[in-house]
Formats: sequence, structure tokens, C-alpha cells
Amino acid sequence: MTSAAHSASTYIKIFYVLLVLTVAELAVVYMGLPKLFLAGALVVFAVWKAALVAMHFMHLKFEKRTLAVVALVPFVLCVFLILMLMPDIFPH
Amino acid sequence: MSEAAVMHHAVVEPQESPLTPESWGKLGMWLFLAGDAMSFGCLIVGYGILRHASSNWPVPKEVLGINLTAFMTFLLIVSSVWMVLALAAIQENNKPKFNKFLGLVILGGLMFLGCQAYEWTHLLTHRLPEAGISFSNSLFATTFFILTGFHGMHVTGGVIYNTCVLAAVNRGRYEAKHVEIAGLYWHFVDLVWILIFTFVYLL
Repeated sequence: MTSAAHSASTYIKIFYVLLVLTVAELAVVYMGLPKLFLAGALVVFAVWKAALVAMHFMHLKFEKRTLAVVALVPFVLCVFLILMLMPDIFPH
Repeated sequence: MSEAAVMHHAVVEPQESPLTPESWGKLGMWLFLAGDAMSFGCLIVGYGILRHASSNWPVPKEVLGINLTAFMTFLLIVSSVWMVLALAAIQENNKPKFNKFLGLVILGGLMFLGCQAYEWTHLLTHRLPEAGISFSNSLFATTFFILTGFHGMHVTGGVIYNTCVLAAVNRGRYEAKHVEIAGLYWHFVDLVWILIFTFVYLL
């Protein structure tokens, strides 16, 4: 049985981190930084937020490792998809 | 336990799911979410490729209202917190607390959908025509509505799902493990939105 030991305060802390990251995303957009830096920062923030939701809210951090592999596979496949479509994205 | 009960137990009771001892349903939900992630992944990758190939893609933050969308992101994140608190409540057998938090999750989902309905209406009646963007001349419009619409469908399904779980728990038919499974689906919907918000609205 999943333990209910993870206190509400941990979840609230995670919420505040997510809130700060969301505000940071907006700030970075409104600051009007150079395109590449903006893209990099946004990707980092988004992946960070997604990882927090997956690890803590979806409890992946405390599950069997193999379950995390199941969860990770789609992202790996999507990267593979992009790689396989490279000739169409950058035709020469 | 009587011999008959032990034998019945040995014949009927399924083994624990090796990956998810809490319930088989939990494994099923994770597998479903992995497949659903592929669906969203393909849509997002397709969107990215079309956008990259285009020479006149509109700047999203000039057409879309990212402040409203930021609020929608906040709504889903906070409802994920409520979901996790609802699960904790039912694991402690605190029914009133569970009802409160799952009720809030449902409310949060409805508010998200309301905001999205307003956003879509405002886009279709004002912002897109003003920017000269229509479905017949703009992949920006089609990809936007397909992506956010597909996600919105998932939120709608989640709201209905959570409502059914709320009712079933109160009728004594569902318990903590069922709420855990519903929670996984809701967090997934939140996670996908976090990615859509970044790649469609902000980038």
C-alpha cells in the first residue's frame, strides 16, 4: 500500500517550486532575451516542472525503477522520432 | 482462515502486479499513460516540424493571451496538489477531507475548461481575424486548436472520471487504490499542459 507518510508540507513545497518556475517562465518570455537563450531556459524550466510532477505527484520517485522506465520510454521514442525525421526537417 | 477459504483464496486471488503491488489497475493506468504520452508526443513533434518548416509563423505571444494561459497552468498545478491531498485523505480514511479536496480538483478542472472556452471564443471572434489568421491559410491555427483541443478533451474526460470516483467512493464501492489511479491520470493531464504551455504559447 502506498505510504501516506509523504506529508502535505512536502507537496506544498513542491507546489511553490512549480509556482516559482511558472513565474520564471513568464519572466523569461517578457524579458525579451535572445532566441536561443530563451528556448534553452524554457525547455529547462518545462522539463524541471514535468519531472517534479512525475516524481512527486505521480510518486515515481518512490516506485519500482522499472515503472520509471515505462514512463520514460515515450520521451525517448519522441526524441527518436525527431531524429528519424531530421532529413525532412533539414532537407538538403 | 478455514481451509475452504484458503483454497478459494489461492484459486481466485490474482498475484500482485510485480511493478505496482498496490493494484493491477495502477499498472494498467501507467501503460495507458505511456501510450497517451506517445499520442501527445507525436502531435507536439508534428507541430514543431511544421513550425520549423514555416517562414511566416506568427509569434505566439502576440496572438495568444499568455497571461490567461499562465493562470490556467496555475489552475492545473494547484488542482494536482489538491488531488494528491485527496489521496492522502482517503488513505487516512478521512472522508470529509477527501470529498473537499477531490471536489476542489473537479472545480479546478471545470474552471480550466471555462477559461479555455473563453480563450477559444476570444481567439476565433477577435484575435485571429485581427491577425489575419484563418484555418484555410494558417497551420498555426490548425495545430493550435488540435493540440489544445486534444488536451482539453483529456481534461473533460478527467473531470468526468473524477466525478465518478467521488460518487463511487461515497457509495462505498471505490477505495484509496482507485483514487490513486485517477490521480495518476490527472497529474498526467497537468504534465502535458505544462509542456504545451511552454512549446505552443511561450516559445
